[in-house]
Amino acid sequence: MQRINSAAELDARRKEILSGKDPDRPAIAVCSGAGCAGLSNGRVIAAFEKELDAQGLAEKVELRATGCHGLCELGPNVVIYPEEIYYVHVKPEDAAEIVKETIAGKKVVDRLVYTDPESGEKAVHLDEIPFYKYQNRNLIGNNTRINPSSIDDYIGIGGYAALSKALFEMQPEAVLDEVKKANLRGRGGGGFPAGLKWETTRNAPDKEKYVIVNGHEGEPGAFMDRAVFTGNPHLVLEGLIIGAWAIGAHRGFIYTRHDSKLLKKNIDLALEQARQCGLLGENILGSGFDFDVDVHYDVGIFVSGESSALMRSIEGRNPEPRPKYIRTSVSGIWDKPSNLNNVETWANVPQIIEKGADWYTGTGTERSKGTKMISLSGNIVNSGVVEVPFGTTLRQIVFDIGGGIPGGKKLKALHFGGAMGGSIPESLIDTPLDFDALKKAGAPMGAGALMVMDEDTDMVEMARFFLTFLTNESCGKCVPCREGIRQLLKILADLCEGKGKKGDIETMEEIADVMSAASLCSLGKTATDPLRGTLKYFREEYEANIQ
Amino acid sequence: MGDITLEIDGKSVEAKKGTTVLEAARNANIFIPTLCHNDMLEPYGGCRLCTVEVESRGRKKLVASCLYPVEPDLIVRTRTQEVDKVRKLILEFLLAHAPDSVRMNELAAEYGADKDRFGKEASFCILCGLCVRYCAEVKKLNVIGFVDQGAKREINFIPELAAQHCWDCKECFPLCPTSYLQAAFHLTHTIAFPSLPLEKAS
Repeated sequence: MQRINSAAELDARRKEILSGKDPDRPAIAVCSGAGCAGLSNGRVIAAFEKELDAQGLAEKVELRATGCHGLCELGPNVVIYPEEIYYVHVKPEDAAEIVKETIAGKKVVDRLVYTDPESGEKAVHLDEIPFYKYQNRNLIGNNTRINPSSIDDYIGIGGYAALSKALFEMQPEAVLDEVKKANLRGRGGGGFPAGLKWETTRNAPDKEKYVIVNGHEGEPGAFMDRAVFTGNPHLVLEGLIIGAWAIGAHRGFIYTRHDSKLLKKNIDLALEQARQCGLLGENILGSGFDFDVDVHYDVGIFVSGESSALMRSIEGRNPEPRPKYIRTSVSGIWDKPSNLNNVETWANVPQIIEKGADWYTGTGTERSKGTKMISLSGNIVNSGVVEVPFGTTLRQIVFDIGGGIPGGKKLKALHFGGAMGGSIPESLIDTPLDFDALKKAGAPMGAGALMVMDEDTDMVEMARFFLTFLTNESCGKCVPCREGIRQLLKILADLCEGKGKKGDIETMEEIADVMSAASLCSLGKTATDPLRGTLKYFREEYEANIQ
Repeated sequence: MGDITLEIDGKSVEAKKGTTVLEAARNANIFIPTLCHNDMLEPYGGCRLCTVEVESRGRKKLVASCLYPVEPDLIVRTRTQEVDKVRKLILEFLLAHAPDSVRMNELAAEYGADKDRFGKEASFCILCGLCVRYCAEVKKLNVIGFVDQGAKREINFIPELAAQHCWDCKECFPLCPTSYLQAAFHLTHTIAFPSLPLEKAS
């Protein structure tokens, strides 16, 4: 792979890639996201390979294993290009028919297209399926169009143009200003303005600074970060390099999941290709800017995704949170200023630089700009990864995109933010997707895991489930969190058996208050959020279990 | 005495930049209770008993005084209703594990903590980590460490290292706020090295 030494060489490389690509050349994009991998997508890919060979089309058709398409519920998903015909529930034995009819014969295989479960209406193309139709897929949309292990595919769709612009047409201050103007807010949960965080690290006195991708994604029910990171690793990497340029960092870290082989493989490959192409390492694109990245894998405990614990883990120590009385953006890894953002936040950066803050702020609400990826799961017809503009109502997400509640059941509650999130009742379904509106309603967005619960859900049991998760996944260092959860679980166990005592609710509220006020890290401080939320909106379910 | 002036319980206190609120308070003879703190060791922030209220630029919050750095014009309140509520519950949590700890019973009386509020789980260890940190930071031996996480966290001697180092040291024993440590060591010793004479360990 030839090194690219200037902005002009990058443009030339892109032209060369595109000129070698016939836009009408058929391609078969088989989803290799986590959901489809669980449904034996590997056998589907092997079957296509065999069929293309057998029908003499191997040279004429591109077969690509792509990142997550989004509609996990109906996997394995296959998209046929150039028409963008969408096939669902594809089995290995369907490969022969697809190759013969659709690839060679340009005909649609009717039985494999999406059928609306209620109206029975069919939708042939990706953008006609209700699940996709109402989305705005700025970040994840390219997943079906590129092979994640090919840097040429990424460059071909305009990749690294934003980096080139940042390095050659903008000073670091201008990049920072653009991100601030775009009001990019951290997608990991806090919603803190990324630009301000970058500025703090940039202005911190220490010369040695670090930038970090938090790809831990431990939130139960969250699977959107790995969808974009596995399916389009260069997008996240490009955002990170741009951030490093703006902040003045020459070293970065990717901290991500140890248990996803494909994610690991795609990240390693992306870094290697970026280094070979001169997009990473010394003198990036001939600009004189040096920056390289180390990859670290988590140690299999939820709390290691907490920013200070994550930084200790990178230092090679126990992933125990430390108090952030001095912010990690000033004193992080090895006490150096360390700017941490999550996968989705970094993935937003290239488009902000390429298209500008004015374009970016045209989407979203007053204080939440751009799009948000949501992992939709639970009692919902269409589980999957969704990307919508901020301001979309939860009703649109659950019913228009998600297809509503299966089995004719009624919607009871919506839960955002996993184990430290909150549940709101069905009556608040017209709340818009917005950092502040959701927080106010009692379901802070967290990283974006939306669990839908139907009328059969026992809310006390749900609160107990999340606290059980946290008692195993916290570090156990500070007393309020460790002992508070221990005592809460004892009370909840009694309540779930209908053996609650008078005063139990008040005791739980007292424990929750102290945990929020005095725990060391945000895990302990917010561990009782699901409990508080359910006590606020579903208190009668607790009261019913008190003797 | 110091380059920063702050206010603790209405009293003007001077402190050096980079020191903690707990140090500043102790230097001014203002008592803040602690269980996991020891001047020989790095501040830990585990027990949270030293929680105080700080007010900075008009904003109030509860912080662990053993870790919170002093800042100019900081207002510290070591006894408020909120602070006492935190300390009371922490003591009640810990007394379920070590009901006979003298030190904690004294503090319980001060804060009105009921040692029988929560069901007894007498593990005797309150996981303050003084022994673990003393062995790591002062002795640099790491003979004793934390194992497991969350509610399952416990301390354990590494038998092979304990056999080498502990008999002649045992300096961590008096640090233990519940006297649990000595028992744990003897138990480990008995199980791991039944053939060795116990007297040598005591």
